[in-house]
Amino acid sequence: MINPTEYLPKSYHPRVSTYWWLTRWVYLKFILREASSVFVAWTVILTLLQIRALAAGPARYAEFQDWLRSPLLLVLNAVSLFFVVFHAVTWFNLAPKAMVVRVGGRRLPNLAISAPNFAAWAVLSAAIAWILMRG
Amino acid sequence: MANRITIEVTRYDPAQDEKPRFDSFEVPLRKEWVVLDALNYIKDHLDGSLTFRWSCRMGVCGSCGMTVNGVPKLTCATFLSDYAPGPVRVEPMKNFPVLKDLVVDTSDFLVKLEKSKPWIIRKVEKPLDEEYFQTPEQLEAYKQYSMCINCMLCYAACPVYGLDPLFIGPAAIALAQRYNMDSRDEGASERMDILSQHDGIWGCTFVGECTQVCPKHVDPAGAIQQYKLTATMEWVKALVLPRGSE
Amino acid sequence: MSKRSNEPFLWLLFSAGGVVSALLMPIHLLLFALAFPLGWLDGPGYEKLLVLLRHPMTRVYLLVLCSLPLFHWAHRFRFTLYDGLQIKHLSEFINVFCYGGATVGTVVAACLLWSI
Ligand code: SF4
Ligand code: FES
Repeated sequence: MINPTEYLPKSYHPRVSTYWWLTRWVYLKFILREASSVFVAWTVILTLLQIRALAAGPARYAEFQDWLRSPLLLVLNAVSLFFVVFHAVTWFNLAPKAMVVRVGGRRLPNLAISAPNFAAWAVLSAAIAWILMRG
Repeated sequence: MANRITIEVTRYDPAQDEKPRFDSFEVPLRKEWVVLDALNYIKDHLDGSLTFRWSCRMGVCGSCGMTVNGVPKLTCATFLSDYAPGPVRVEPMKNFPVLKDLVVDTSDFLVKLEKSKPWIIRKVEKPLDEEYFQTPEQLEAYKQYSMCINCMLCYAACPVYGLDPLFIGPAAIALAQRYNMDSRDEGASERMDILSQHDGIWGCTFVGECTQVCPKHVDPAGAIQQYKLTATMEWVKALVLPRGSE
Repeated sequence: MSKRSNEPFLWLLFSAGGVVSALLMPIHLLLFALAFPLGWLDGPGYEKLLVLLRHPMTRVYLLVLCSLPLFHWAHRFRFTLYDGLQIKHLSEFINVFCYGGATVGTVVAACLLWSI
């Protein structure tokens, strides 16, 4: 590094590598957490395609179902499911960091905030499954 | 031999070197030794020119931060034996310019620290013979943040700071919270003006590693997310009540 | 207040989208993309789904499910491009791509849902 003036000490300025997120496991985990958003977006696209197929009539919907059964889509969706679950777990675990609830001057422990989140997740999932599969 | 360990240390002499390199030293591996003890051994017995900072040797001055095997650590609080059989790699703190060997230039942090106004701001001071009372609950609201020793390990761990040096960074924001949460302070909106800029809290992507490396459990990552929540509530309030109550 | 920033608004959308996608997406994906097509579970037939879809509540629900998570994606993807690939200098293009994409997605979802 060239000195701007002779009065400043000369110093070495390391540059952050483009692959900094591969240098430590914690950074990789962070990037995977962020990357989960791509699979969230994919899930939206899939849902929109499904609605379109539904609107286009039974034949098109059956075609859509076949398409879902193709190996490529199955693999893609299995990977998506992994990432979406990863997103949910990391999201609920981080919630207590952003939300501080004080009861009687004491901060509620992390678990008291993340546990209701996980419970809501379970209840909502069960409710959706029930609505879709009843009768 | 089991009772010796190899240490690889970054060397950089601004008068001669273009780039840093590593020197290896073999030092005794003693159970009670921390990494800083090994560095002092090198300086006393092997190479007197090795340059590094330290002062208190007990985790309170915050000057001995370095990168040990890739992770930001206070070298006076990091046991050598945890890295046996070695080798141990000791580098200067990441994300700061290196001045010599293990010494980094911390000026940037000091400027940012001052920007976040980490002192009590009052609209009107009480007369000197009156006290500011505080309950244990009020103390507890900010105590955690007041433990910060300005060691800058959180900056070394923060990829956002490494990539965008304009980012004001973890400790400065945590210390702003330290005063925002203090019942005696009235400066929250002044600080908000500075910290709600793009280079303030919004630059943070919640990597969370600042909190992991903090030796004092300050939890700067939590402080930043809570600050984001507060800033968002303010924003909503300003939207619902235009031209606010202030 | 000095310079008004739109970051709080974007962060609000990001967070709301994060909550919605965390709570609802795993089960949607599990059922519709894996369990039903593979026959692990008996899914609703075409007729039943259509009845469900025509219910106004379902439409509102699906609009929320499709819109907010897109803004969640936009936010995270923007920063991943900034930091992961170090292309912050392209930020204007990235912002248009991310938030523009989420807005377009929302409009498409609304049109689809109300045209049924
Ligand atoms: S917040 Fe923790 S890691 Fe950061 S400067 Fe303060 S004590 Fe060090
Ligand atoms: S020497 Fe003071 S903190 Fe390590």
